Amino acid sequence: MAMDYFLSEEEQMMIETARTIAQEKMKPVREHYDEKEEFPWEIVKEFAQADLCGVYIPEEYGGFGKGIMGLVLVVEELCKVDGAIALSLAATALGTLPILIAGNEEQKKKYLPDIASGKKLAAFGLTEAEAGSDATGMRTTAVKDGDYYILNGTKCFITNGGDAETYTIFAKTNPSRGARGISCFIVEKGTPGFEFGKKEKKMGIKASSTRELIFNNCKIHKDQLLGKEGHGLMIAQATLDNSRPGVAAQALGIAAGALEEAVNYARKRVQFGQAIASFQGIQHMLADMATEVEAARCLLYTVARSIDKGTGGRTSKESAMAKLFCSEVAMKVTTNAVQIFGGYGYCREYPVEKMMRDAKITTLYEGTSQIQKNEIALNLIKESAKAK
Amino acid sequence: MNIIVCIKQVPNTTNVQIDHETGRLKREGVESIINPFDEYAIEEGVRLKERTGGKCIVVTMGPPQAESALREAISRGVDEAVLVSDRAFGGADTLATSYALSSAIKQLGDYSVILCGKQATDGDTAQVGPGIAEMLNIPHIAYVKKIEDINDKSMKVERMMEDGYDLIESPAPCLLTVVKEINNPRVPSLKGKMAAKKAVIKTFNAPSINADEKRIGLNGSPTQVMKIFTPPQRTGGEKFSGDAQQQAAALVKKMSDIGII
Repeated sequence: MAMDYFLSEEEQMMIETARTIAQEKMKPVREHYDEKEEFPWEIVKEFAQADLCGVYIPEEYGGFGKGIMGLVLVVEELCKVDGAIALSLAATALGTLPILIAGNEEQKKKYLPDIASGKKLAAFGLTEAEAGSDATGMRTTAVKDGDYYILNGTKCFITNGGDAETYTIFAKTNPSRGARGISCFIVEKGTPGFEFGKKEKKMGIKASSTRELIFNNCKIHKDQLLGKEGHGLMIAQATLDNSRPGVAAQALGIAAGALEEAVNYARKRVQFGQAIASFQGIQHMLADMATEVEAARCLLYTVARSIDKGTGGRTSKESAMAKLFCSEVAMKVTTNAVQIFGGYGYCREYPVEKMMRDAKITTLYEGTSQIQKNEIALNLIKESAKAK
Repeated sequence: MNIIVCIKQVPNTTNVQIDHETGRLKREGVESIINPFDEYAIEEGVRLKERTGGKCIVVTMGPPQAESALREAISRGVDEAVLVSDRAFGGADTLATSYALSSAIKQLGDYSVILCGKQATDGDTAQVGPGIAEMLNIPHIAYVKKIEDINDKSMKVERMMEDGYDLIESPAPCLLTVVKEINNPRVPSLKGKMAAKKAVIKTFNAPSINADEKRIGLNGSPTQVMKIFTPPQRTGGEKFSGDAQQQAAALVKKMSDIGII
């Protein structure tokens, strides 16, 4: 039997839709996109047509209104087949969350429907060369000039960079105020002074584009400011609380996909006159992998449901736990899947080689595993101090 | 421009088993699906609607459980669904089925085109589509692989042939049976699935389509099935290799050896 996660009919509908697309549309082309490092537009069109792009966006803005849990279920299911193609959708969610969290009604009405319908993709621009885990080290500035802000600076490692239409960009509006001097803006592709720099060549997630964003006296109307001046870092933190489960779902999906491949292979591969699945050494590896995947799923679904219920306040600690655990499990499980495949697992002809490469990023972006531990520990200490 | 799509619910043939005693398909426990060729007809109907406006209506004849095929068609973007269902229709062959479906279509108002899959995967007759057109006294074009141009007066389509295609113009309304080359069907959307759940399916019985009881069900079916069997598998044949000249020489020698020439 499969675990019962008490999914609603609509949640099962989302999984089923994502599974059909993953199996019928993504599987036949996943090697092509990995090899060619092209952006998977033909699959993005499928996501759009099936209404998957807006599962987490409220219905009043054209979405399916199924919250972070909806996003998690869809991303997991897609990533069982390919964790890179699915990132076009997951990274759009990351870029969209600041609008959902801090946008006013006009901004939401202007930007969310096109994202929900899949007509436009989004991207999140926080990271810079000198500002990774420490966002306050950013050098991009936004200087007020009448009704406008003038943006200058360079963002790096931006997922969907160049392919997205809508960008949520963080810049210093008051450098002297440190963490409280950062603001968040919506910047549209094509705005004069907004250009794209080099595309990164990566170990994995090759179907996903990662580019620099370059702002050179880029003039943005003040209506594009999200929330208030100086609230940028708070918006970024609230965004990550909501988006880290998305990375966790990507990791979980890759792990679950690799586990399935490993079990199937172990049952078919014959050595010493019997299927290698009959050897206890292999069985114990598979048992550990399956247990870890299920434990990761339990944690992630519970965190996603808590976020959607919204009664427990901030979920920084729990979101970090889900991301930490799922991404580390993904790395372990994909590495062991390659091990079970033996030499074949190291060859591109079999899917687990790519899964292992794709899994690695989940322990790095939106905060490394070490940063997740900082977040968890910091909140543990805070909670303990509050209780006294 | 209104579009009508006729579909059939068939057993999922990838796991069908035959009862060797009776020679019939074992239908118990076999999943029912939309006839795969009809999925292309549905997709084309929805694309035409998106292109030209109007309504896309899907029609099927079958037992009450055929409703699930209609709901799936709605999840793929169809606007309305009609189930033609009555015990009196039971046992219909292709003639009686064409009669019943054409009688139902007469109740649906104006339309510019009727789309069908080229054939169903269970009976493989490819007769019902053309049969409906005959009974409605409208033209039909089978094996359509592309609709080049269409409006409520006429249409221009490509009919797939073994050695290319025919470009055919027809006045509207016209019935088209489509091949799988015509499109790549979409995955049912979430909003489509929600609409399918809520949709009210219109049901026609024999009296509501003014059906002549002598022309429906077993009474209207002259077909007699004598025997159902799996034909023997073809043997592999012989392949000649080499350049064209060598192959031709080998072929001529072979044919004269076995006395064909």
